[in-house]
Amino acid sequence: MAEYQNVFTRVQVHGPAYAGIPLRGGSWVREGPPGFSYWLGKIGDAQIGPIYLGFFGVASLICGFIAIEIIGLNMLASVHWNFIQFIRQLPWLALEPPPPGNGLHLFPPLNEGGWWLMAGFFMTSAVLLWWGRMYRRARALGMGTHVAWAFASAIWLMLVLGFIRPLLMGSFGEAVPFGIFPHLDWTAAFSIRYGNLFYNPFHMLSIAFLYGATLLFAMHGATILAVSRFGGEREIDQIVDRGTASERAALFWRWTMGFNATMESIHRWAWWFAVLCPLAGGIGILLTGTVVDNWYLWALKHGVAPSYPSVFPAVVDPATLPLVTK
Amino acid sequence: MTFAKRPAVALALLAMVALLAGCERPPVQSVQRGYRGLGMEQLYNPRTVAAAVEQNQAQAPLAPAPLTGQKASAVFKNVQVLGDVDVGEFTRLMVAITNWVAPQQGCLYCHDGADMSSDALYTKVVSRRMLQMTRQINAGWKSHVAETGVTCFTCHRGQPVPANLYFNAPGPDPALSMAGNRAGQNAPSPVVGYTSLPNDPFAPFLEADGDIRVVSTTALPSGNRHSIKQTEWTYGLMMHMSQALGVNCTYCHNSRSFAAWEASTPQRATAFYGIRLVRALNNQYLTPLAATLPPARHGPNGDGPKVDCATCHNGAYKPLFGASMLNEYPELGGPAAPSAAAAAADIVATVAPPAAVKLYFAQGRAELPAEAGTALAALVAQAQTSGMKSFVVAGYHDASGSVAQNEELAKQRAMAVRDGLRSAGAAEASIELAKPQQTQGGSGADNPEARRVDVTAR
Repeated sequence: MAEYQNVFTRVQVHGPAYAGIPLRGGSWVREGPPGFSYWLGKIGDAQIGPIYLGFFGVASLICGFIAIEIIGLNMLASVHWNFIQFIRQLPWLALEPPPPGNGLHLFPPLNEGGWWLMAGFFMTSAVLLWWGRMYRRARALGMGTHVAWAFASAIWLMLVLGFIRPLLMGSFGEAVPFGIFPHLDWTAAFSIRYGNLFYNPFHMLSIAFLYGATLLFAMHGATILAVSRFGGEREIDQIVDRGTASERAALFWRWTMGFNATMESIHRWAWWFAVLCPLAGGIGILLTGTVVDNWYLWALKHGVAPSYPSVFPAVVDPATLPLVTK
Repeated sequence: MTFAKRPAVALALLAMVALLAGCERPPVQSVQRGYRGLGMEQLYNPRTVAAAVEQNQAQAPLAPAPLTGQKASAVFKNVQVLGDVDVGEFTRLMVAITNWVAPQQGCLYCHDGADMSSDALYTKVVSRRMLQMTRQINAGWKSHVAETGVTCFTCHRGQPVPANLYFNAPGPDPALSMAGNRAGQNAPSPVVGYTSLPNDPFAPFLEADGDIRVVSTTALPSGNRHSIKQTEWTYGLMMHMSQALGVNCTYCHNSRSFAAWEASTPQRATAFYGIRLVRALNNQYLTPLAATLPPARHGPNGDGPKVDCATCHNGAYKPLFGASMLNEYPELGGPAAPSAAAAAADIVATVAPPAAVKLYFAQGRAELPAEAGTALAALVAQAQTSGMKSFVVAGYHDASGSVAQNEELAKQRAMAVRDGLRSAGAAEASIELAKPQQTQGGSGADNPEARRVDVTAR
């Protein structure tokens, strides 16, 4: 009998290619005849396609392509159009937002943030259009829109970092550069500038939800795999028709931690943890610089940060001593 | 099962090895140097440390020279800096400088063979200025070099041009006027430890006195407009210092707050003076020397070489790992050249580091501990001899008891110390009671460290 024992499905089910339910209205059709891939079958369903693009998909891909072209060509220009250097230096290359002096001026010189604003506009359009596509396709299948709203939570964090917070701060220069190392160094600089982001309670919450979501995912995945020999992989059936797999899984968690989620509620737990991670993070970023300027001092003031015994002799800021210039 | 039969396994292993190619080979040892749990650690790889130790060996001193009783200026012509040094000592120093700076080229690297006193060679003019600079550093910048001091060897290490110098970065590339603006960053530069941070932190901070402090001193916004981009410039300078000294951020800073001085290590104050030292040297000595140097010694922009932290430190937390070569050549520690600029630098540099006393109290009590009298008297005496004008008193309490009770207790302790200072001879006006941002001096209900008063003389 078919069994599921690890990450890789050991059994590949090959039926005739399935084109999906009929599309309602609209002039777009699904593209391409479906095919099968043995290797994709190792990790998921072996059938590929047909794919549905539709207006939102096409518009999103075009906007995304423009954004990546603007970013990529600027990076290529910065190494004097040398492809070898482009590959070698790629992790360092970036497209920087306008300098802080530009404020919220919409049309700075192209090479001083203009390209960045354009890339940002097209990237945001691409992401929002892709969101529309997620929403519409879910509706077309008569599904709930849970995936779209989870995606919206990530979009919220992206918009806060790149658009909403810069607007509130009055400068596009506050936004994130496009680039691999540059956006990481930006993140570290952001934390330093605002006195250590780890003391931001929304950052704390965001981390708790991030790790919590992975923990829940591991617990749930492990539970289902562990009871698959009793039919546990048919978890959706078992929500309403609880069988021995469900009973054993529930009993296992009650034995080990005294409480168990149900086959239904575990998915709500996981969804909310995942959604709350960028939602809380976005709130934390939004408050930084606008409402709180130094999270360490804020945490001291409100008793969040503990104090530790001093190990070193007292250190005084030399700039406060007499006769020292800054 | 063999790898040959399972190419996928072999490929996966190869990919994992390739992923690790950029990593440093272990072992990495961590050394805790702050309170536990705060990440106050230094990371060392024994191989890197061994290499740094090898590169940072002090040169053995020359045998002491017999004193002749005659001054150098009486025997040699055109001795402008070391004229009052005994001839024996002077000659020994000249040999030492040759070993330190031009061991292959010899005396004639700087001196005209026909007339040793001639200033015909630019190298002699530069050397004289560098001697003045060395004496200025040793006499006027004890706040950074302490009694260890520097010699020519600190930077030169047997080479006419020290290994670590910088030139001004070229301006914006005209070829990149339409697209591809790198904004002075986003390039793999060793200066900033191969981060993408702004890679010329020298001109704004080690020549101009650019704003290094970007973090707010208040919890809520109060007009600090420093941007994240400015923070990246400061960050770039810090990466340079970390690279130059072979240390982590936590050598000077506390991982909890990079900005808070009271949580920092004493090395941060040393580094504070170091930044000002390098800035003064570049502005007073190195930049003006560009005109003396031939074009071959100039950078791509026609500017002269300038010093940064790596010039002396060469990857060690203290140059030569703290070995003092100055002790063997005390004439290099002589009086600084009197000039207005040097005098100004003197004022900055001779401020003594603050003296501090910690007094520990019994639980729930505000009476001065028994040893307080002697400790405070010693502090007052020290403050008077080093010209310190004020005493800052900060009281703390431990975690037991109510907040209101404790704040009052911390205040009572501070006032008891104020009275103690007064009876030790400090003037009433010189004593300042400073309420700490957080009066609880440490975690734990029975933590003797927390029940204290800090007195700092400034």
